[in-house]
Amino acid sequence: MSLSPEQVRRIAGLARIELADGDVEATRAKLNGIFGLIEQMQAVDTSGVEPMSHPQDVAQRLRSDVATETDRREAFQRIAPQTEGGLYLVPKVIE
Amino acid sequence: MINASLTELRTALDTKKISSVELATLFLDRIEQQNTALNAFITVDRDGAMKAAQAADARIAAGKAGPLTGIPLAHKDVFCTEGLLTTCGSKMLSNFVSPYDAHVVSLLKAAGTVTLGKTNMDEFAMGSSNENSHFGPVKNPWDTTRIPGGSSGGSAVAVAARLAPIATGTDTGGSVRQPAAHTGVTGVKPTYGVVSRYGMIAYASSLDQGGAFGASAADCAQLLTAMAGFDERDSTSLERPAEDYTRELSAPASGDKPLAGLRIGLPREFFAEGMADDVRAAVDTALDEYRKLGATPVEVSLPNAKLAIPAYYVIAPAEASSNLSRFDGVRYGHRAAEYRDLAEMYAKSRAEGFGAEVKRRILVGTYVLSHGYYDAYYLQAQKLRRLIAQDFQAAFQQCDVIAGPTSPTTAWAIGEKADDPVQMYLSDIYTIAVNLAGLPGLSHPCGFGAGKLPVGLQLIGDYFAESRLLGTAHRFQQATDWHLRRPG
Repeated sequence: MSLSPEQVRRIAGLARIELADGDVEATRAKLNGIFGLIEQMQAVDTSGVEPMSHPQDVAQRLRSDVATETDRREAFQRIAPQTEGGLYLVPKVIE
Repeated sequence: MINASLTELRTALDTKKISSVELATLFLDRIEQQNTALNAFITVDRDGAMKAAQAADARIAAGKAGPLTGIPLAHKDVFCTEGLLTTCGSKMLSNFVSPYDAHVVSLLKAAGTVTLGKTNMDEFAMGSSNENSHFGPVKNPWDTTRIPGGSSGGSAVAVAARLAPIATGTDTGGSVRQPAAHTGVTGVKPTYGVVSRYGMIAYASSLDQGGAFGASAADCAQLLTAMAGFDERDSTSLERPAEDYTRELSAPASGDKPLAGLRIGLPREFFAEGMADDVRAAVDTALDEYRKLGATPVEVSLPNAKLAIPAYYVIAPAEASSNLSRFDGVRYGHRAAEYRDLAEMYAKSRAEGFGAEVKRRILVGTYVLSHGYYDAYYLQAQKLRRLIAQDFQAAFQQCDVIAGPTSPTTAWAIGEKADDPVQMYLSDIYTIAVNLAGLPGLSHPCGFGAGKLPVGLQLIGDYFAESRLLGTAHRFQQATDWHLRRPG
């Protein structure tokens, strides 16, 4: 498998990571090296094998729908890049 | 005192031979002298340590000390610490003062430990050499031109250079065991789900597991006992009663054959080509010592072990691409200075905040999870994960613990593999399968290779066999002195 420059740009777009035109080729070469390693997986027949996501195969635990945390808005917003009136500020999305 | 075991430190504190304040000062002064050369700490918290040590001294005076009260330690900078910078080795979090404590941190605070500071690491725990830190590489105290291993390189070096008696770490693909091996200390990664991931900044959630560093298995056992336990705030935390991981350290043993009856499985695949000669020699000598202690070697096979690295480099990046989407410059962390709109704010903040290796793994993960590729990559990797786990279960039918090298070579030169991600990935060949299976693993020093660089022996146990691993390593350490050797 070999990624094209267009695919690399598309993936970077999906990942929301700005990729300068000058960096596409170097990124592509490194990613193709990694996919060369990953492709070894495809040689194995895994039909009938159950995928494993947790070693003990435990199901996600549910808890009762009750508030367990106290309001710590101020502490959490103190570390935000930009806030106002208890809200997080981002550039205008809707004109 | 610098080289004392936790048991010796406990006695010294309880008999008032030294106060916790004096002990913390001793280690803080060493950090001050040596950190410029080693770069093991990102943050040193002298004021916080002094306050915690004073509180510990009061608790000891009141006769209310627990096993770790007054003991200084260092936390890997992946663990959130309230009021203290928590960077995860990244520019993205270079301004992040956590508003809360990780579960591990609260447990160790409640135990009365004294946090000296936060240790350097590969950015977001992605790396095997500690060269991927925004705060610069950590140096190996045995040879400062060499890497200490990663990603918990700072914690391993802190313990190796005696800048802290013990330290916490995390292990997603070998990040406790491999740096332990390269720096000549002991490191243990428990069964997945034993240590809470709450407040431990997520890399690959189905693999991430907290672990412990110490000079010996006995010290690791004490730290792990204080770190482990069910936590309802971690959805994959296992609901099991608390365990005392020191319990096999003092188990009665029969004379000079304390490991009589123990079957040590040697996976054929781990002893095939790929292991450096000096590592092989040290591992073989250690296995001879285990035989002398009464253990019986048996050959076992892990036929799918070679698939561990490809499967890992699908699962871990996939989970990372999802976990790291939270870093968007909105609620915390780095935000770019200039942008035209929201999309550009995200893209620029992330491009500036993440280092090269983190970006690569996010891109790999984004691709394998993108439309149409899920079955071919993520699902296939999870199926291989099951095959790898089944191999281990088959092996444990024939043996009690598995042993082999922790890393195929000793510590390499800084820069040697920095520009070749695939070569870097391959260095984790012996550790990654253990994370995929979710098993406990330990690395203990077992000798030296060329250039007097430490070699580690890895012990792998069945699920929940932490105590057995620690007890086995402890017997080895009672009969040998590799773990007592210090750099320089």
